[in-house]
Amino acid sequence: MTSTTHNLDRREFLKLSSGSTIALVLGFNWSLLSGEQREGTSSAFAPNAYLSIGEDDTVTVVMPRSEMGQKIYTTLPMILAEELEADWSKIKVVQGDLNEIFGSQTTGGSASVRTQYDRLRKAGATAKIMLIQAAANQWKVNESECYAEEGFVYHVQSKQKLNYGALVANARTLPIPEKVKLKDPKNFRIIGQAYKSLDGLSKVDGSLKFGYDFNLQGMLTAVVARIPRYGSTLKDFDSSKSLKVPGVIKVVPISSGVAVIATNTSAALKGRKELNVNWNSSTFDKLDSEDISKQLREALTHKGTILRDDGNSDRAKEEAHRVIDLTFEVPYLDHAPQEPNNCTAHIHDGICEVWVPTQNPGNAFRGAKQVTGFKDKRIKIHTLRSGGGFGRRLQQDFVTDAVEVAQHTKVPVKVVRTRSEDIKNGFYRPATVHEVSAGLDASNQALFWNHKLSGPEDGWHGIFTGGADELAYSIQHQKVSYAMTKLPVPIGAWRSVAHTQNAFVNESMIDEMARLTKQDSLLFRRNLLQNKPRHLGVLNLAAKKAGWGKKLPKNRAMGIAVHYSFQSYVAMVAEISRDKVGKIKVEKITAAIDCGTVINPDGVRAQLEGGVVMGLTAALHGEITIRNGRVRQSNFHNYPLLTMSEMPEISTHIVKSTEAPTGAGEPPVPPTPPALMNAIAALTGKRITRLPLDNQI
Amino acid sequence: MIDLTFKLNQRMETINIDPDTPLLWVLRDHFGLTGTKYSCGMGICGSCTVHIDGKPEQSCRIPISQISGKHVLTIEGLGADGLHPVQEAWVDEEVSQCGYCQPGQIMTAVGLLNKKPHPSDEDIDVAMNGNLCRCGTYQRIRKAIHKAAEEV
Repeated sequence: MTSTTHNLDRREFLKLSSGSTIALVLGFNWSLLSGEQREGTSSAFAPNAYLSIGEDDTVTVVMPRSEMGQKIYTTLPMILAEELEADWSKIKVVQGDLNEIFGSQTTGGSASVRTQYDRLRKAGATAKIMLIQAAANQWKVNESECYAEEGFVYHVQSKQKLNYGALVANARTLPIPEKVKLKDPKNFRIIGQAYKSLDGLSKVDGSLKFGYDFNLQGMLTAVVARIPRYGSTLKDFDSSKSLKVPGVIKVVPISSGVAVIATNTSAALKGRKELNVNWNSSTFDKLDSEDISKQLREALTHKGTILRDDGNSDRAKEEAHRVIDLTFEVPYLDHAPQEPNNCTAHIHDGICEVWVPTQNPGNAFRGAKQVTGFKDKRIKIHTLRSGGGFGRRLQQDFVTDAVEVAQHTKVPVKVVRTRSEDIKNGFYRPATVHEVSAGLDASNQALFWNHKLSGPEDGWHGIFTGGADELAYSIQHQKVSYAMTKLPVPIGAWRSVAHTQNAFVNESMIDEMARLTKQDSLLFRRNLLQNKPRHLGVLNLAAKKAGWGKKLPKNRAMGIAVHYSFQSYVAMVAEISRDKVGKIKVEKITAAIDCGTVINPDGVRAQLEGGVVMGLTAALHGEITIRNGRVRQSNFHNYPLLTMSEMPEISTHIVKSTEAPTGAGEPPVPPTPPALMNAIAALTGKRITRLPLDNQI
Repeated sequence: MIDLTFKLNQRMETINIDPDTPLLWVLRDHFGLTGTKYSCGMGICGSCTVHIDGKPEQSCRIPISQISGKHVLTIEGLGADGLHPVQEAWVDEEVSQCGYCQPGQIMTAVGLLNKKPHPSDEDIDVAMNGNLCRCGTYQRIRKAIHKAAEEV
């Protein structure tokens, strides 16, 4: 696989498609090649990705989305290669830059496979039909006598064959079929099989370049001394010592602080250390996490906004035989991708050019435009490889930094963040507080559910309420409402977004209803999920594989949880142990997923494994806290990630399905914390209502 | 600024550099060897692991002045004669997700296998505990190390 960035602009596309390059180039929106589109002013027919087949048989797939570890650079080409009947060894993937022809280029919501599946199949099938037609024309036979296989077109009777590369010159001249027949899934030979990642080798020999590794001739590197407190501003600074550091070229104020620009990273870091800078005081100078918690709890006393109101939960509460009231609280969380955020920018010839590892080149564009005020076509965004993302790279704060610094340099400048800056300047998973009241009738059947939650006000309540109003369990009286309160801490989408909180709350509460009435928590769930076959499917699979109900040794217990998010279903069983001093160890996680038709099963398993680790990290250790208006955590010593020695065995299972494919990146995270906490409740009798677990047991 | 000579991936190199410069930035900015990654800058995540005289070390905390006369091996030098068995095992087991931490993981794993050709799970826990992976690939890392141990 190549890591070349393919700069695909409209002119180049039209050049390729009008004959100066010999390749079969197909936009996924076939009307692009119509006469009207060749004139090319409207973007209405713009395709969102394309494929080209060269005379050397190379099949190049231009990817409009970002690869950050979810393996879409292998999974998406598998879909295309399936219908194209391509020779897998000839597939090459290149990153597409920001371009209107691609449509949305945001990578998030576990949406890449779900949204691209049909489109990629049609793209592959269309190209295949044209190649078959070209071969039939050349052999002067009917195309129905021909078929395609592994990069060749064959003629059945004469046994002649031609490779795709030999057919592209003719195929290019053929009209594009309007309707194509897709393969019967039972004939799939690539989809559903184990395929090695196309970029696997480049990740083990050090050759894969991430944003942090990006380099341009004569490029400078900058770091920013950032405004440390929410609401504060720059007062003044003295750069005289910084400028004495060999390699430091310039020190300039920008909107997020003071940038130290140098010929190399080490000099920039040293220069920043030598910087003397003062900040203005802020109204948030005394803000602590305790205040935030109080504010969130206070918000719950206000009349909220109703999200769901089935039956009459207030009256049902009065009639309930048993009522359970619990308050849950979760902290802010940082994404902490392994590669800290960074961005390179160069303003030259009236153009602002940006190279950035991003999940959202559209936002990168908006960031660059806001700083420069340049016309749209004078801003170019190049997407680089991301060392993890988890939602953090949907933001464009790091683009703003780089473009502002680039306004002070004639040459390209890469603005890098240290780990500490990255953790302290996050767009965090929101901190939330949840009051849940639930009850059972005299026969211990679930009767009502009332969940009220509060979170930071940031325009879109879904960032903390998502999943709260979708309780799968059949409970007659249900009410879900929310309240918001203004807080200065920036928030953003964190892998699985609000489902991280709400699965923890829902699945802990349901478990508590079963536990306190001495019912088996699997059976209790099953009874309430009778109309939810896919929930039941993963629940039963996980339970079976984990050996739910078997006799466990002393000081061992299991907990179970199931959750639906991003159109996929995941259930999990956590098995834990307790040692002589009462320390809890996660021994094993058994996870089952139903994400419809599976394209790349090993990729799905990898996402299950990764989601479990991210969920356990959040459950056990994850916490961003505020003290005196600033984030306390600064690196992995006080924002710890799960380590090898804490790692449980993870057993992954996939429900066989012919449903439409959905995603696997986010759905494994939400059920992990409640599965663990339910196991802890089963073992110790203690219900954990506040995350993380650290020091509570 | 000082002149300093050391061996880098089997080649002698002499550079003129600020002696405080961490080895990590010398490798990345001076030699363009970007396979060695920056991630924490405090020697606690392992992404910058290289071998110094055969021993895995975190290059972000070691000033270049301490490297004089020593031999530094980076991920780029590891597979000089084709892929190292550990790298092969990593590919076979599909260990990598984003891939950013993996050069450091591999350098630590090679160091472990050099010392203990057949490590136990406990050996792996101890040796690999300082190499963090936010994507959560630990289970496959463990499997790949065992697999490489069989191959070596």
